[in-house]
Amino acid sequence: MKNPLRSEAEAFQFLLGAIAYFAAITIAGVINEWAGLAVFVLLSAGVLWWWFKARRVEAPRQTVPTHRGGPGDRRILVIANETVGGEALRDRIQERSTGYRTQVCVVSPALNTPLRHWASDEDPARAQAQERLQASLERLEQLGIQASGEIGDGDPVQAIEDALRTFGADEVIISTHPEGRSHWLERGVVKHARERFAVPITHVVVDLEAEREEVR
Amino acid sequence: MSTHAEAHAAHPPAAHQSSRVDARTLGMFLFIASEVMLFGSFFTAYFFVRVAAGTPWPTPGDELPVFVAGLNTIILVTSSFTMHWGLQSIKRGNRAGLQAGLTLTFLLGLSFLLTQVLEYSRVGFAPYTDAFGTVFYCLTGLHGAHVFVGLTLLAAATTRSFRGHYSPEEHLGVEIPGIYWHFVDVMWIVVYTTVYIL
Repeated sequence: MKNPLRSEAEAFQFLLGAIAYFAAITIAGVINEWAGLAVFVLLSAGVLWWWFKARRVEAPRQTVPTHRGGPGDRRILVIANETVGGEALRDRIQERSTGYRTQVCVVSPALNTPLRHWASDEDPARAQAQERLQASLERLEQLGIQASGEIGDGDPVQAIEDALRTFGADEVIISTHPEGRSHWLERGVVKHARERFAVPITHVVVDLEAEREEVR
Repeated sequence: MSTHAEAHAAHPPAAHQSSRVDARTLGMFLFIASEVMLFGSFFTAYFFVRVAAGTPWPTPGDELPVFVAGLNTIILVTSSFTMHWGLQSIKRGNRAGLQAGLTLTFLLGLSFLLTQVLEYSRVGFAPYTDAFGTVFYCLTGLHGAHVFVGLTLLAAATTRSFRGHYSPEEHLGVEIPGIYWHFVDVMWIVVYTTVYIL
């Protein structure tokens, strides 16, 4: 949500907009009551339309992470919640690691409820993310992949940005459930990440249920 | 295997700053929400008296000083321009501009408040006269109280500007009163339009 009172300049623009808005309604209202009502409805609808449209077309600022290490080093950032242990993800990491000294960092977002987020009550969410991360790292180790890990922001895109600043990465892998079962896909996390970060981003779909079926 | 997770097995690791709501943003949202509720309750009373109860507005025999209030509106809107000018001046390193802008804003705000008090003494009805009088005094008085708070903030900022505070890089002490002042101005435009004109 755009907050018009975030800076003095924005508040001043908001004031000018308010003057124009009320002046138009007043002038129309003085001429004719129904004209005033019509202008009020039209202007209010226009303001709402502009507000929502302006939010959508606002271009994100791309983050460009710097390469760390030598030419033979590769850093892969994996962002996943509970899907980190899937075979598709393991295959992808192994494929991208071939021929490089690879460091893998797994980020587990501390998913929180909106109410707890706004109350900054994040300890339970971080504790749960910690457990998931620990399980993920152990699972990756069983698959032969050495990885470090950290807990990230509840917003996966923000978690990627944070990790890019601390870990830096040559590639980001986003692991999600299949379409229809993934909240992240529904929210367009992969699309937003590609818009926001100037780094190759791979989307790996991990169907844990199918893998469990195969194990049975 | 070396993991951050192992290092913090007993307690969750320290949060990234971004994982929490920015305190200033949260504070501003809470402030706006509280103001919306405060003014909203008074406007609800206004609409109830005028629309739902069908009370004539203004009550026959009473007359609202629309012209004086209009002049007052111009004074207050002008003060927002001088406020903006003052802040833009310090952003460009123009200290004299900041001082002049803040002083003018303070004087214009004071003029508004004094004119409001003068208007109260001549308006011819009191808060206890009828529902119309109660609503009128409550809405304009509530706004006047906000102007008073704004003037207090402006007085502090103006004094600091003459003491050599603020620079193109550090001017939050002007920015915050500026935001507040524009907000007060917007609220007056709403009050003036609904109570005096429509």
